Amino acid sequence: MTLREQLREKISAAFYRHGLLCASYPVPIILFTSASILTCCYPLLRLPLPGTGPVEFTTGLRDYSVPFHEPQGDFGERPDWYRGPPVAYIQQVLVKAAVSPWDNSLVPVDVFRSPLGRVFNLLEEIRNHVHSDSSGIRSLESLCLQVTDLFPGLRRMQSVLPEHGCLLVSPGNYWQNQRELFDSDPDPFKTIQKHEPKGLHTSATLRDLLFGVPVKYSGVSHYNRKRVVTYTITVVLSSYDARFLGSLRARLKQLHPSANCTLRDDHMVHVHFKEEIGIAELIPLVTTYIILFAYIYFSTRKIDMVKSKWGLALAAVVTVLSSLLMSVGLCTLFGLTPTLNGGEIFPYLVVVIGLENVLVLTKSVVSTPVDLEVKLRIAQGLSNESWSIMKNMATELCIILIGYFTLVPAIQEFCLFAVVGLVSDFFLQMFFFTTVLSIDIRRMELADLNRRLPAEAGMPPPKPGPLRTREVPPPPRPSPHTITLQTPAFRNLRLPKRLRVVYFLARTRLAQRIIMAGTVIWIGILVYTDPAGIRTYLAAQVSEQSPLGDTGGGGLPPHLGVAPVFRGGDPTSTLSIHRAPDPTPLPENQSQGHHGPPRAGPIPQSPPAVPQITWGEEDEEGWRRLSFRHWPSLFSYYNITLAKRYISILPVIPITVHLTPQEAIDARHPQDTRHPQPPIPKISADLQTDLTLYKVAALGLAAGVLLVLLLFCLYRVLCPRNYGQNGVPHGRRRRGDLPCDDYGYSPPVSEISPLLLRGHSMDIECLASDGMLLASCCLAGQIRVWDAQTGDCLTVIPNHGMTGAQESELRRRTTPSRPTLFIDQPDLTPLIDTNFTSQPPSHLSTPPSPSAYASPSSASSSPSVWAMELRGNLIAAGRSSGKLELWDAVEGSLRCSNEDGVSGITALAFLNNRIVAARLNGSLDFFTVEINKPLGLLQYRGPPGRSSMPQSPCYSSEDVISCQLTRSVQCAHQKPITVLRAAAGRVVTGSQDHTVRVYRLEDSCCLFTLQGHSGGITAIYIDQTMVLASGGQDGAICLWDVLTGSRVSHVYGHCGDVTSLVCTTSCVISSGLDDLICIWDRSTGIKLYSIQQEVGCGASLGVISESLLVTGGQGCVSFWDLNFGDLLQTVYLGQSSDGQGVRQLLVLDNAAIVCDFGSELSLVYVPSVLEKLD
Amino acid sequence: MSGRAVTGDQQQWSRSGEMQHSRGPYISVITNRTTNLLIRGAMLFSVGVFLALVLNLLQVQRNITLFPPDVITSIFSSAWWVPLCCGTAAAMIGLLYPCIDSRLGEPHKFKREWSSVMRCVAVFVGINHASAKVDFANNVQLSLTLAALSIGLWWTFDRSRSGFGLGICIAFLGTLVTQLLVYNGVFQYTSPDFLYIRSWLPCIFFAGVITMGNIGRQLALVSQSGTLVKL
Repeated sequence: MTLREQLREKISAAFYRHGLLCASYPVPIILFTSASILTCCYPLLRLPLPGTGPVEFTTGLRDYSVPFHEPQGDFGERPDWYRGPPVAYIQQVLVKAAVSPWDNSLVPVDVFRSPLGRVFNLLEEIRNHVHSDSSGIRSLESLCLQVTDLFPGLRRMQSVLPEHGCLLVSPGNYWQNQRELFDSDPDPFKTIQKHEPKGLHTSATLRDLLFGVPVKYSGVSHYNRKRVVTYTITVVLSSYDARFLGSLRARLKQLHPSANCTLRDDHMVHVHFKEEIGIAELIPLVTTYIILFAYIYFSTRKIDMVKSKWGLALAAVVTVLSSLLMSVGLCTLFGLTPTLNGGEIFPYLVVVIGLENVLVLTKSVVSTPVDLEVKLRIAQGLSNESWSIMKNMATELCIILIGYFTLVPAIQEFCLFAVVGLVSDFFLQMFFFTTVLSIDIRRMELADLNRRLPAEAGMPPPKPGPLRTREVPPPPRPSPHTITLQTPAFRNLRLPKRLRVVYFLARTRLAQRIIMAGTVIWIGILVYTDPAGIRTYLAAQVSEQSPLGDTGGGGLPPHLGVAPVFRGGDPTSTLSIHRAPDPTPLPENQSQGHHGPPRAGPIPQSPPAVPQITWGEEDEEGWRRLSFRHWPSLFSYYNITLAKRYISILPVIPITVHLTPQEAIDARHPQDTRHPQPPIPKISADLQTDLTLYKVAALGLAAGVLLVLLLFCLYRVLCPRNYGQNGVPHGRRRRGDLPCDDYGYSPPVSEISPLLLRGHSMDIECLASDGMLLASCCLAGQIRVWDAQTGDCLTVIPNHGMTGAQESELRRRTTPSRPTLFIDQPDLTPLIDTNFTSQPPSHLSTPPSPSAYASPSSASSSPSVWAMELRGNLIAAGRSSGKLELWDAVEGSLRCSNEDGVSGITALAFLNNRIVAARLNGSLDFFTVEINKPLGLLQYRGPPGRSSMPQSPCYSSEDVISCQLTRSVQCAHQKPITVLRAAAGRVVTGSQDHTVRVYRLEDSCCLFTLQGHSGGITAIYIDQTMVLASGGQDGAICLWDVLTGSRVSHVYGHCGDVTSLVCTTSCVISSGLDDLICIWDRSTGIKLYSIQQEVGCGASLGVISESLLVTGGQGCVSFWDLNFGDLLQTVYLGQSSDGQGVRQLLVLDNAAIVCDFGSELSLVYVPSVLEKLD
Repeated sequence: MSGRAVTGDQQQWSRSGEMQHSRGPYISVITNRTTNLLIRGAMLFSVGVFLALVLNLLQVQRNITLFPPDVITSIFSSAWWVPLCCGTAAAMIGLLYPCIDSRLGEPHKFKREWSSVMRCVAVFVGINHASAKVDFANNVQLSLTLAALSIGLWWTFDRSRSGFGLGICIAFLGTLVTQLLVYNGVFQYTSPDFLYIRSWLPCIFFAGVITMGNIGRQLALVSQSGTLVKL
């Protein structure tokens, strides 16, 4: 145990020093780390890049021998996959056949019917070829690749692909290699087309497989201008026998000599195929990646209380990724070549290495005391977590070590990677991430310093000078510390669901994006499907430039099929020279076709006499023109994979077949001649297709233009003309009222209009309410009492001391036109808002007239009111002189006063006929209000609307009220008392001396002194359920148990004073000087979320119901949904707001809110909330 | 084509999910206990079905390398009842775990975070991946490795005795059920190595139960805290 402790201490000390080092020299350390990462990743450059394209290797044919399995010495450039025998040898017999000379009596079907018919003779020849020499007799049967069943699920191909025998494919397979079937087939072309897949095909089609040449080179079509048919017979051999193949080649050449053929036949090409990833493999892979991203998301989401959340999350991910790269790099450096599929094991490696340490580090550093130096914070945070980090690391290494001893190669390799990855991850955490963290924390402190000053300076008085106008609502600032719930976005607004969907579509431009993505994918598929096609097209285009310039004449559009023939045009062939000007009749023919379709007869106008069979270099390796998936898909039909293996392609055997017209006619099917002629003469077919293309393009363009015009008209018809301009006045009027999102949509207006209570001449200082009455006091010392229901001004108590005689005199005045007691201040004329004229005239709404008799002679300006409370109809006002006055709220008369104390009253609490006053010198006075009720006097009080309301302590105007000091705690706090709250028979005071005291109300006995804050207390909350929360200047919030005086939780959430605290049954809501509102779980003390507000807001808070929070802002109040943290609505208080902040906010019982707004009061009813609550 | 695909040894892959993180806040709206339970069950069920399909695919791949043009059918190559069974089992396990926790009165405190759950799911998929892709010398080795991995999974993410016990029980039961099914000829394995079934089956079952339990507990936690906020 002692050893353990020692070890722990040592580790902790080492981490502490390391933290100091990192925080002291951040830049050099980051440079060093980046350099080491790059160094370790350098070996990765030598690894081959992943790709799925096949690789080729060419060897000579003469001295070919099957390569050995083990690499034998150094073979120079021989690739490492060239080991062992290939999967198969491919021997292609390339047949070019034509009917020559062409005869006008022939029909288009003749172009390919008889040439295709020749395939059966050739097949028979190949199958029956036997080579016998001294070593025995060999036939194709013994050499070829024997295949078994087709892959299940390919039943529809069963009729065309060979099964249980030699893998030998040719066009003859369409007719089961039987001549009779072919001869009796009325339409061979249809038979071929029948097997073509519909729609877009991504891999090699059956036609490609059987013909062995791309479709457009095969020449099997009704519009074959060249009249040359090309196809191959593909023989797949399992073993290589040079002599057999040689004799076969000689035999075939002898039978069908190709006169002008100079193809090279001395090279053998080996093609190696990489592993292909199918969709089925991709799905689990994608799943693991999704899980990985979810893991990373959930992990980095926990990073909090830092300057740049995203920056740190990025740093964490970079740490893990580069440690993986480093591990692969290091392993490669030490000679271990990765054999595992990197993409597959990568997510698991990330998960094994994990992001936990990084998060633990962040949390630990962030939770260190804020007032420490950055260096020390980092060091402390590191050393706090050092033990757990080391322990985890050791555990993981142990687990991996166990994995290593499973002795399974794949797992061993994985473990090796994981170990190196873990170690390098640890290295990076210690150096890279810690340093980044220190930089971040330092930035945060700087930012705080910068922000703190203006915020504090602008806090108490409403901002003077040029203020923001309401038309420009301040943009939501990005939060530097916490997740900002992006304030005005759509999810915050209560909208109907369908509107939300529409807005969502509009906001994300989902449809457009999907279409765009679809187009891109489609183009990608097109490009990917047939790269060869595009390549040959380009090649053809390039090669056409020169030779076609003189052969093709002027009007011939470039055509693909022409290119190879003319390019490879044999100079010895005289016919080709004659054929060269052949296209010249084309323009003429085309024009005839245009104005005279009937002329298109069955006989072409100028048919070529003899189709030319030429052999060019491109025929030498004709398989290159095929899709690179050609061979893999052929083999996959028989469940043979070519992945990571290779095949050897032998040189083709060229065969030229010339057929006489007579042979072609003999081979005809009776229906062939009855076939309708193709509607367009063959000679202009190419041109025709080109023309069609142009036509289609022109039509498409026209249709597009028409569509646009149509839509434009529709838009004009359907949309109001002022659609575009409407937004401007709209925006001007409403953008202030309602939160708009970034796209300018504003939610439907719900009618919350504030009721302005005007009358005060200066800023309102104190605000008190008991639910029915509302008392306010301005800086001038004038107290006004309002009806909280209607907003009527009931009483005005001017800033005068009054004598008892005047008081009693005044009490007798019950005339409706009772004048208010004025006035020596000239600027108080506009006392009553004109809004009130619409209401039933009451005796209070008459404009005050300065009347001589009302002005008391003995009036002397009394000291200003610092604190005020209202219970029943008694207003308790504490003045700066230390005088406590009790006023009748309805009649505006002074009922009693107490001048026992001399120090100014900073806070008052009025509860059950007891008044507690906190004074500036830190003393706390307890008063008792005694009522001596004269018997038998029941007086009608106040307007009838209020008569039904419960009156807590009832004071009638006839009562004699006295206020006596029962106890004075002289030295309740060392420093001035800042907050005083009373509830549930307890009085709680908070002071600048960092303590909170709890008194019992009855006997003014101090129950507890609660210590725990490291700054002055700025906010206290206590309610009937004895929950006590306190917030201090240190930004900390403490929850206390009032019964035992113990601290329940202690959390830090604000960078600055906590200005306000409210609790609901489940959560605690705090706002701070940093304009942040934090919502905490009350039982666990975990921060649920926080809301970043605009600058200068958020000092005042109120909870209307369990789920509705109201905050005061710059000239507005905002309503928030507590469950989601959504902004429900912002209500702007004034039309011409000059951005005064709401500093006090009271929530009344009837879901109304009263807040001060400069010299006005604002009464906001929340009808929608009431509906929502029910 | 894929004997192992149909073998139904995917019964155990009824676990885990990465999709429901986005639903966290919405659960909190629901205070009704039954609705809450139903929603949790449905989520667990869908997770189970999803994982069963994906992991089945992982097994299918082992036997064929190049796919026929109709790949999509191979996703649903197993019998229709296999994903359903997996989903049901997942829902049951995921609901059982928090229930047992509350009955025993020892709430699970260890690593209650979504990131940890994600990690657990990833490791579970990894175990399946290893069992499908890695070539082992013999079946004993395979079984032992998987057993070690499963225990490691439990130790890393659960560490509760109730979790271990329940895992063992359900793994045993699951193996028994599979055994019975094989006896009755509902399906077969391509290469059984232990009394007609694959010997590594219990390990996979165990890992799946632990993973599913983890998810179920996390879901229960989310909904609890949701109701707490609401009340």
